[in-house]
Amino acid sequence: MKERPEYVLFDKDTKAIVFGYQQNAIQRMLDFDYICRRKEPSVTCIVNPTREGYHKCFWGTKDIMIPMYKTIKEAVEKHPDADVMVNFASFRSAYQTSKEALESKTIRTVAIIAEGVPERRSRELIKIANEKKKWIIGPATVGGIAGGGFRIGNTAGMLDNIIACRLHRPGSVAYVSKSGGLSNELNNIIARNTDGVREGVAIGGDRYPGSTFIEHIERYEKNPDIKMIVLLGEVGGVDEYVVVDALKSGKIKKPLVAWCIGTCSKVFPAEVQFGHAGARAGAERETADVKNKALKEAGAVVPDSFEDFDKKIKETFDKEVKAGRIKPMPDIEPPKIPLDYKVAIRDGIVRRPSEFISTISDDRGEELMYCGVPISKIFEDDYGLGGVLGLLWFKKKLPKWSTDFLEMVVLLTADHGPAVSGAHNAIVTARAGKDLISSLVSGLLTIGPRFGGAVKGAADHFTSYCDAGHPPEFMVKDMKIKNINIQGIGHRIKSVTNPDKRVELLKDYAKKNFPMTPYLDYAIEVEKITTAKRGNLILNVDGCIGILCCDMFRSIGYTKEEVKEFVSLGTLNALFVLGRSIGFMGHIMDQKRLKTGLYRHPWDDIAYMMPDKPEKVK
Amino acid sequence: MAQRGVREFDAKKMLATYWSEYVSKEFSYPGKVALVGPETNMDKLAKEEPWLKKEKLVIKPDQLFGKRGKHGLIKLNASFDEAKKWIKERINKDTKVGKVTGTLTHFIIEPFTPHEGEYYIAIKSNRAGDTIYFSNHGGVDIESVWDTVAEIPVGITDDIDKIDIESKLPKDTPKESKKIITDFIRGLFRFYADLGYAYLEINPFAITDNKIVPLDLVARIDDTAYFECQSKWGDLTFPAPFGRKLSKEEYYIKELDEKTGASLKLTLLNPKGNVWTMVAGGGASVIYADTIVDLGYKDDLANYGEYSGNPNRDSTYEYAKTVLDLMTREKAPKGKPKFLIIGGGIANFTDIAKTFAGITMALKDYKKKLQEINVKIYVRRGGPNYQEGLKIMKKLGEELGVPIEVYGPEMHMTRIVPMALDGGN
Repeated sequence: MKERPEYVLFDKDTKAIVFGYQQNAIQRMLDFDYICRRKEPSVTCIVNPTREGYHKCFWGTKDIMIPMYKTIKEAVEKHPDADVMVNFASFRSAYQTSKEALESKTIRTVAIIAEGVPERRSRELIKIANEKKKWIIGPATVGGIAGGGFRIGNTAGMLDNIIACRLHRPGSVAYVSKSGGLSNELNNIIARNTDGVREGVAIGGDRYPGSTFIEHIERYEKNPDIKMIVLLGEVGGVDEYVVVDALKSGKIKKPLVAWCIGTCSKVFPAEVQFGHAGARAGAERETADVKNKALKEAGAVVPDSFEDFDKKIKETFDKEVKAGRIKPMPDIEPPKIPLDYKVAIRDGIVRRPSEFISTISDDRGEELMYCGVPISKIFEDDYGLGGVLGLLWFKKKLPKWSTDFLEMVVLLTADHGPAVSGAHNAIVTARAGKDLISSLVSGLLTIGPRFGGAVKGAADHFTSYCDAGHPPEFMVKDMKIKNINIQGIGHRIKSVTNPDKRVELLKDYAKKNFPMTPYLDYAIEVEKITTAKRGNLILNVDGCIGILCCDMFRSIGYTKEEVKEFVSLGTLNALFVLGRSIGFMGHIMDQKRLKTGLYRHPWDDIAYMMPDKPEKVK
Repeated sequence: MAQRGVREFDAKKMLATYWSEYVSKEFSYPGKVALVGPETNMDKLAKEEPWLKKEKLVIKPDQLFGKRGKHGLIKLNASFDEAKKWIKERINKDTKVGKVTGTLTHFIIEPFTPHEGEYYIAIKSNRAGDTIYFSNHGGVDIESVWDTVAEIPVGITDDIDKIDIESKLPKDTPKESKKIITDFIRGLFRFYADLGYAYLEINPFAITDNKIVPLDLVARIDDTAYFECQSKWGDLTFPAPFGRKLSKEEYYIKELDEKTGASLKLTLLNPKGNVWTMVAGGGASVIYADTIVDLGYKDDLANYGEYSGNPNRDSTYEYAKTVLDLMTREKAPKGKPKFLIIGGGIANFTDIAKTFAGITMALKDYKKKLQEINVKIYVRRGGPNYQEGLKIMKKLGEELGVPIEVYGPEMHMTRIVPMALDGGN
């Protein structure tokens, strides 16, 4: 590894560890590296206390993997070539993590991004850095940038701004400011009035920044590639006076253009706080006016107001060029950086056929939408369960009579005791110690042509004969000939004289509320014929639900063909599954609550009829 | 997020609570202090703090300003009834303290302690650590007797117990008091360092019957230490500095600022001024105000206005409406135009077009008034999607029939100020 001079904190070979899984910042650092035509990415690894492995990101158009470790210790051991840590830890952990990095052998500079690090902790870190001759940038900063070399995290913003400010190649001017927010403006001013930025650091707005104006200015003074220095100070504090002293003692020989912001503080009523945390004037000496005057008297180039800052920078630069002390750095065409897909989409530049389509809901906006209805409206307008079913299953705002009917179906099918095969399976599975979902699924998988499936079967049978215009007698006869049991007809116990209460409820409701019930009317005619044969061949609850659902669809205005399609989609089974899941889950929780043990079927309930020996196949 | 003043009452209560933990078990601080605010029922307070009716009292405002004696704002040796009367005469009244006029709202009451010697102690943070200042001549303007003050620097990681305090005390320290003073300095320092203090001054304190009695105390706490000290701070509040009452509009924006995660600031400087600002970013907003003042338009500057931290459309809309309402209440004299500076630097990641959405909504609401008042608008901004943002503003100008000049990063940040105010010269 090439040894870096002590006055250079970062260049085009700098390798950094990023603490904190800041995916955007990491990609921005890599994109910057790429347009600087660096040979290798600057982010050598990531420390993420909660995950290790690899992070995938882009290097130009290519995918690359960056290793990720859980500890700083592992990261520095595996990557001794990294001498910068960009610390995105929160204000709570910034101290511990920065301390660990400063105490490591190989990290020389730690940039602390967090705002709100306690002053006592900052000062402890400063002491460690001083003792070990290391550097802290921040806390409370965006970081800094070396033109054409390295960027700390998010410094200088988006790529188009970086290119507009020609930061993808080095210039001859270095700056130091407190505010990170203004560093972008400085990049812009310097790019427009000189040959650009060689290096820029925002030391952060805290009272005790990890490194100070003078420390960076002294570095810039020593660096032969830096020809001119820009300082943007602030009202409050006395750090600018150290620079004044250095100017006076001749320590700073390079041209220094300086300005302290906050000259307006004099027109403010006492104790007004500016937007910026560091900007609070106390004593006269700490005012921007007095500081600007002192800097000017000490030999810095100080404009009369920020308005002339750009002109002073230009004049100073041009003078140096004229005197032959600056040979302006060339402009370089940056390589094309592929547009981010997200940006391209936003700007309407690209399109791509989508793999999935959803027509029932949308979760992307401010509010979740069901079929175009915001979730708040679902409650305002009292959609209820039936109304939501209407939106998500049928994509219709259903009338109240039909949503009430759907809810009625859910309630009626919610359970049918523990003995039916689905509930039994669910109970047996729960007793085998399986979780709720496994047990539920075990029960649901039982639903089909023989259990619960009669809802769909009945709908199929009755609608096809009815729609074809066959009289009910024909249907009974025809199915008899074909030797098919009519689905939805027949009950184990219930009969004409002992009707099923559930069926009565459904029929009454439909007669009172449905605009029309052609299938039910047809089925009742069929029932008259079958019950004449045997009393228990009544229209059962499954049949009634299936038929009434089809009546409902027809009443809403669907055609016969559309109703057939709904049935074939499994809509009717879906209603049964929805309802019965309530009961299954009830049984499962019941078993778990009772802590029932593993079920084993008793031997005496099984007729063992094993042959003595297998039949031989000839 | 910085050093912030705390009430004398809170600091003294804290000192009393943690006295035996940090300072001394041998000598004590009785910690009899009471706070009276606008809501306080004095008679109820007297039941909670029975000493109020038994002892002679001292009463002072407790609102983060000093030199209260000089401003005639200390009542000494008063009975409870006298104290009640004294406070009643002053509470909720506008009072001038130095150059600042504000409302007195909070008072601290303590027992009146007759005493002889008055001592001075202060601890102040600096980059390398903290410095302890001590003098046997407190109770006066300490600057006037600065040569009696001993300075004891304590490095940031130094152990206060290993520092020889006694030998560093001023030469005129009475021999018999040296131990108690040394112990107190050590204890107070531990308290200061462990509880997140950044400045603590007791001037004066007295020593009577082996008791330390802090008489006047001023303190600042580093509020970023909250996550380390919250259990010891309790429900500590940081009152607003004593000063000018906020106008209705400033108060509204302050509330808005506290409600959102973003930053919205408004200070009215001169409601009759004809230059109004609405600038994105803390630093940039200061620079715009600077430039207006530095170019000689100090008296024209109507407000300081800042929005940053990505406020949502609704907050920006409310903010802009408030400024526009203030700005368009009356015409400038002699039919002169008024200027609105919608400035800002180059944003890092904020979508400029989006941040303008709330502002354009407000400008549309005020279309008629902006025309009537003869408002001219100048915009300068950079950052992601700024071209689109500027286009929107430009189009809006045509739509509103109000002149809007629009510039991006190609224009020096503050150049719109002379363009507007010098008429382009």
